[in-house]
Amino acid sequence: MPFGNTHNQLKMKYSAAQEYPDLSKHNNHMAKVLTEELYAQLRDKTTPSGFTLDDVIQTGVDNPGHPFIMTVGCVAGDEETYEVFKDLLDPVIEDRHGGYKPSDTHKTDLNPDHLKGGDDLDPDYVLSSRVRTGRSIRGFCLPPHCSRGERRAVEDLAVEGLGSLDGDLKGKYYALKNMTDEEQQQLIDDHFLFDKPVSPLLLASGMARDWPDARGIWHNDNKTFLVWVNEEDHLRVISMQKGGNMKEVFNRFCTGLTKIESLFKEKGHEFMWNEHLGYVLTCPSNLGTGLRAGVHVKLPCLSKHEKFGEILKKLRLQKRGTGGVDTAAVGGVFDISNADRLGFSEVELVQMVVDGVKLLVEMEKRLEKGQSIDELMPAQK
Amino acid sequence: AECVRRAVMTSGNIHNKFKMKFSAEEEFPDLSKHNNHMAKALTFEIYKKLRDKQTPSGFTLDDVIQTGVDNPGHPFIMTVGCVAGDEETYEVFKDLLDIVIQDRHGGYKPTDKHKTDLNYKNLKGGDDLDPKYVLSSRVRTGRSIIGYTLPPHSSRGERRAIEKLSIEALNSLDGEFKGKYYPLKDMTDKEQQQLIDDHFLFDKPVSPLLLASGMARDWPDARGICEGCEEATGSWGSAGGVMKLVLVSVTHAVSPSPLPLPLLLQIEAVFKKHNHGFMWNEHLGYVLTCPSNLGTGLRGGVHVKLPNLSKHAKFEEVLNRLRLQKRGTGGVDTAAEGGVFDISNADRLGFSEVEQVQMVVDGVKLMIEMEKKLEKGGSIDSMVPAQK
Repeated sequence: MPFGNTHNQLKMKYSAAQEYPDLSKHNNHMAKVLTEELYAQLRDKTTPSGFTLDDVIQTGVDNPGHPFIMTVGCVAGDEETYEVFKDLLDPVIEDRHGGYKPSDTHKTDLNPDHLKGGDDLDPDYVLSSRVRTGRSIRGFCLPPHCSRGERRAVEDLAVEGLGSLDGDLKGKYYALKNMTDEEQQQLIDDHFLFDKPVSPLLLASGMARDWPDARGIWHNDNKTFLVWVNEEDHLRVISMQKGGNMKEVFNRFCTGLTKIESLFKEKGHEFMWNEHLGYVLTCPSNLGTGLRAGVHVKLPCLSKHEKFGEILKKLRLQKRGTGGVDTAAVGGVFDISNADRLGFSEVELVQMVVDGVKLLVEMEKRLEKGQSIDELMPAQK
Repeated sequence: AECVRRAVMTSGNIHNKFKMKFSAEEEFPDLSKHNNHMAKALTFEIYKKLRDKQTPSGFTLDDVIQTGVDNPGHPFIMTVGCVAGDEETYEVFKDLLDIVIQDRHGGYKPTDKHKTDLNYKNLKGGDDLDPKYVLSSRVRTGRSIIGYTLPPHSSRGERRAIEKLSIEALNSLDGEFKGKYYPLKDMTDKEQQQLIDDHFLFDKPVSPLLLASGMARDWPDARGICEGCEEATGSWGSAGGVMKLVLVSVTHAVSPSPLPLPLLLQIEAVFKKHNHGFMWNEHLGYVLTCPSNLGTGLRGGVHVKLPNLSKHAKFEEVLNRLRLQKRGTGGVDTAAEGGVFDISNADRLGFSEVEQVQMVVDGVKLMIEMEKKLEKGGSIDSMVPAQK
C-alpha cells in the first residue's frame, strides 16, 4: 500500500495534526507508541537513503491489527532507520522484546560447541528440527526500500558467495523468475519454495515490489541447508532435517552461517550488526539473533492440559501450527520454538528449545500413562 | 482466498536515493514477460533519460511505472501500467506518457486538442430508449482538484483537505441533488447496508492494479460517499483524493438530463471560490490519475437486455463500429448475466462529453432494433453500421 505519501514534498505544508494518522482503531506496537507529539518531532527526518517516518509506519497505519497476533506495525528501510527514528523504535523494541532497554547490549554466540545435549530428543515425538535466521548486507537498503539495482546486487553477491560453498554445503541456486515447472514442483514438495507474500502486513511494507526480480532459493544437495534471497530480508538462512537431532541442525547452521559471512567479507561486505541490536533486520521483531529454532513435536495430551500455555511461557517458548505463524495444529503436532530474539544469544535460545522440548516430551509421556505432571512444572526462565 | 491473494504492494524504491549509484541498466525493470501500455512504451533509452527526473511534489519515474512493473498483464484487458501522481506528471514524463496516451486513445497526438462540452441541451434524443430492454442508465466521471497531488501520491493532510472541500461543495447542492455525506470510517452498519443495497458503496479496492499504485494508503481515512436524497442520484466524493462523480438513474429510461451540467458546475464553483478549480488543459482535457481516463473521464452506459444480439457473430464488430464496449453487469471484469450487458462508450479522449453520450444513445437505440429483429427471426445484415 504505501507509496508516494512517504516522499511527497508537499506534505510539510500541512501541520503535524493534519498529517498525523488516525490510530484510534489500531492495536499494534507502532500505534501504542506513536503519539502526535512524537509524530511531530520525527516527521521531517529522513535517513541518508531517504527513508521517512511515514515509510516506517505505513504498514502499521494500513493494518490496524490482527485478531490473534500483536503485530509490530513498522519496518526499517536501512540500517540507519533504527538510529534516526530511535524515539519511536526504542519503545517498540522495549515493548516487543520484554523490556530491552536502549542501553542494553546483545550477545552473539554462534559456537555450536556451547550447546549442551540436543542430540537425543525422542524421535517418536519430535518429527523434525529447524533453525532459521536472517542477515542483512551492510551498504544496501532493506527490502521495503531497496531499488531494483540494489536487490540485484544483493542477489549477485549471494549467488557468488553460496556458489563457493563445498562439502556438505555444496548446492545450487534457483532464481524465481527462471524456474522450470519441474524445479518449482520439486521445491514445493521439499517445502522449500517461497512465493510472493499474501499477507497484507508484509505487502504493505513494500517488500514485494518488482516480484519476482532478483528473488531466489539456494539449497545444498542434501536439502538440509537453505537460503532465501530477497524475500522479507536480504538473506534468510535455514537449517533443517527430520527427527530430533537439534544439535546437528544447529552445528550445520553455525558452520554454514560463519562460512557465508567470511565469503562476504572477502568481497568487502559485512553483515549489519551492532552491539546494541545484534543482527539488524527489516522487522524490529527479528532483531538480535533473528533466530527461530523449533521442532515439530507430538503433544496431543499435553496440548489439552490447562497449564499448557503457562508451561510454554515459563520455558520462554511459543507454539504455532505446523503450517507456520498463523496456522492451527494438526493431529496434536505443534511447532514449538523460542519466543525471544533479542537479549539472549543464539546458543542460549537453542538451549531453551532443547531443554524445554525435552521436558515437554517427558510431560507428554507422563500424561499418556495417566500420571500427574505437577512436580515437573518448571520455574520461570 | 482470491481476495487474500490480491494484496497490497507498496514502494519505497521510488524515492531511494541510492538507486542513482546504480546504472540505468542495473535499474531498468525486466519487462520481458509484460504486456501493458507502459511496458510497450518504456524503452531502455526512455528509462535512462527520465530516471533522474521528478515533479515538484517529488513523484518519480519509478512511481509512475511501479504498478505496471508489479502487474505484468491481465489476460483479458490491456492494462495501462502507469499512473500520475500530480498534474505535472503528464508534463515531466511526457516522453513516456505521450506514447501511452497515443496507443491507448486511438492515435491521439501530442499536438491534438480535446473538446469539453457539458451542455446537455446539445444531446439529441436519449429520452426514449425502450424500457423493456434498457434497465438502467448511468454516467460517471472524475475530477481532480488543482493544488493537490493525486491518490497514488497524496499525503493524509492533502486527502483530508480534499475531503473537507468536497463536503463543502456537496453540501451546497440543492433540489434534485441535495444529499448527505457518509465518511467511510464513521459509517454505521445500517448506513452501510443501505448503501450496498443502493449499489453506491465502494470499498477498499482489491485489484492489484489499483493497489500497486498506492491509492489505498491510510484506508479508510478521508474517504466517503455523498448520496442524493432522490434514489435516482448518488455521487461519490473523495474516493481517495479525487472527486469521482457517479450519477445513477434507476428509472427505466435515460434521464432527460444525463449530463449533470448544473451539478458539475455548481460543485466546480465552490472549489474555484477556494482557488482550487479542477485540473484541466486544452490538450488532455480533465486530468485524472489513470491515463485511460483523460479527456472526459466519462463512461456513460446502460444495462440492456441483448440475449440474441450478444450471440450473433457480428456483435463485436457492431460494438467496435459504434465505438462502444461491453462489460458484465458487475463492472469491468465481470461476465454478463441473463443476456444483460453493460454497454458504454469506449472513448474518453478526443471526443466531448456530449459526443460520447450521443454515441451511447444512438448506438443502444440501434442495438435494440437489431435485438427486436433477431427476436422475430430476421436478419440484421443490412443494419450493421458504418465505422463511427
